[in-house]
Amino acid sequence: MKAYERVIQLVLFISAIIAVLGVILISYFIISEGYPVIRKVGLLDFLSGNRWAPTQGVYGIYPMIVGSLLVTAGALVLGVPIGIGCAIFLAELAKPRIAGILRPGIELLAGIPSVIYGLYGLSVIVPFIRKVFNNQGFSVLAGSIVLAVMILPTIINVSESAIRSVPGDYKEASLSLGSSHWQSIKNVIVPAARSGIIAGVILGMGRAIGETMAVIMIVGNSPVMPDSILSPVRTLTGNIGIEMGYAGGEHQQALFATGIVLFVFIMLLNIAANLIPKKAGE
Amino acid sequence: MRIKKTLASICAAVLLIGALTGCAPAETKEPAANGLGESITLNGSTSVQPLAEELAKAFKEKNPDATIDIQGGGSGVGIKSAADGVVDIGMSSRELKPEEKSLKEFKIAVDGIAVIVNPTNEIQGLSMEQILKIYTGEITDWKEVGGKEGKITVVTREEGSGTRGAFIELTKVESKSEGDRTVASAITQGSTGAVITTVAGDPNAIGYASFGSAKENTDIKLISVDGKACTEENIYAGEYKISRPFLMLTQAEPTGLAKAFLDFIISEEGQTVVSGHNYLKAVK
Repeated sequence: MKAYERVIQLVLFISAIIAVLGVILISYFIISEGYPVIRKVGLLDFLSGNRWAPTQGVYGIYPMIVGSLLVTAGALVLGVPIGIGCAIFLAELAKPRIAGILRPGIELLAGIPSVIYGLYGLSVIVPFIRKVFNNQGFSVLAGSIVLAVMILPTIINVSESAIRSVPGDYKEASLSLGSSHWQSIKNVIVPAARSGIIAGVILGMGRAIGETMAVIMIVGNSPVMPDSILSPVRTLTGNIGIEMGYAGGEHQQALFATGIVLFVFIMLLNIAANLIPKKAGE
Repeated sequence: MRIKKTLASICAAVLLIGALTGCAPAETKEPAANGLGESITLNGSTSVQPLAEELAKAFKEKNPDATIDIQGGGSGVGIKSAADGVVDIGMSSRELKPEEKSLKEFKIAVDGIAVIVNPTNEIQGLSMEQILKIYTGEITDWKEVGGKEGKITVVTREEGSGTRGAFIELTKVESKSEGDRTVASAITQGSTGAVITTVAGDPNAIGYASFGSAKENTDIKLISVDGKACTEENIYAGEYKISRPFLMLTQAEPTGLAKAFLDFIISEEGQTVVSGHNYLKAVK
């Protein structure tokens, strides 16, 4: 091999190492900072404790785990049907001219900083909920609505490419058997693309569960078990984001411990997304 | 095999860099004659601590040789440490008791906290008792305190915030036996701005913010406490209850760096730092 090729190989290898090193260092840091509190409180009590009072040394993140899951579930309920619908439309039905307008629009949606989503939620969605339900406005519902919009680009992009990668033969075969275009979409194309669509949903879920800034601004951050989707909640990310500023000592370690739990959640989601078979029809 | 070799050389390079930077010679310090090269230690109130750190930062910009070490511990610790001479300066966020008056006392700032409601709220004032009951969840409707019917939206700051600490301490929401009793369903916001925005947008909300950042805001209404309006006059006069002094304490007349630092804090320049962080100046 020529010398310069070896140099290039080395440079590329270093780049790869740095990326992986980043993950390792961050994991190590979070775990080493957060573990002492988990050991002190006990993993079970930490995960299932109902009360979060860090200045008194009481650390229970159960309300936050429920909060994160609830807000994310709400976002999926609202976002997934719209996202898949949009993906089907773009892949199968849209005329090139219309798709040419829609697609950049969706890309733009992905490019909006999350703080802007938060600001929008705070000044439009929260007052709207406050007016309609005559309550405090900050709620699971407000968070779910904003997150639903935020995860749309992920779901749409991944689902659309999954639908496009379904072999043309499938559709042709279906149409030649006499089914209509919609019947082919419903019974052949979407089922064939389902693994890709599920991967898109899982990635969207990861985005929703990890979102911090926008969520802090609109869910109220009360560390309490929500009674309904109209109650304020605190998410795992929100717990870290809102309290990190002034936290010191054990309080700060408890926030890192919250980070460990969040990290495990995200990791499980990514593993799940990777386990899904990639090719259509499998 | 080749990859292993490459890996080994990378590791060696990383170690080498680490060793080189680690061995950089430490700067040596030489004490200056005017005491500015000395080092002093402060401890005490964790509420005063952040302001003291900002003041120390501003001071060190002009006197880079000075070393000012600031620790927490609480007002009680600050007062005792200063009295025992364990630290050069103690910090307290409460007035001294008569038996503690032997200490030299320097008022560096006043911390006033405004209780705020939406401008459409008819309520003009609340008693300390009512505020306590609202924040501990005993009173949940405005009609219980003479307002229009409506569920009160309690807005608070996150745990660890100095404003929250001062508020719960002064209103007795924090009790010795039970700690912080703030109702858990309170909306929690991470900044003064977010609290003000929340209260400005919700007709049924009640919140609190440092007087400095709330006083000129017309989107919210500052209410009176125990019949005393939240004004600079009332805070300085000690009439408005939710306020407290920030004190620095020394065992004897300060000398050297301690004196220079305290002089700086009380100077125009130091007081600008104080008001820049939304506290009231020590004297009007």
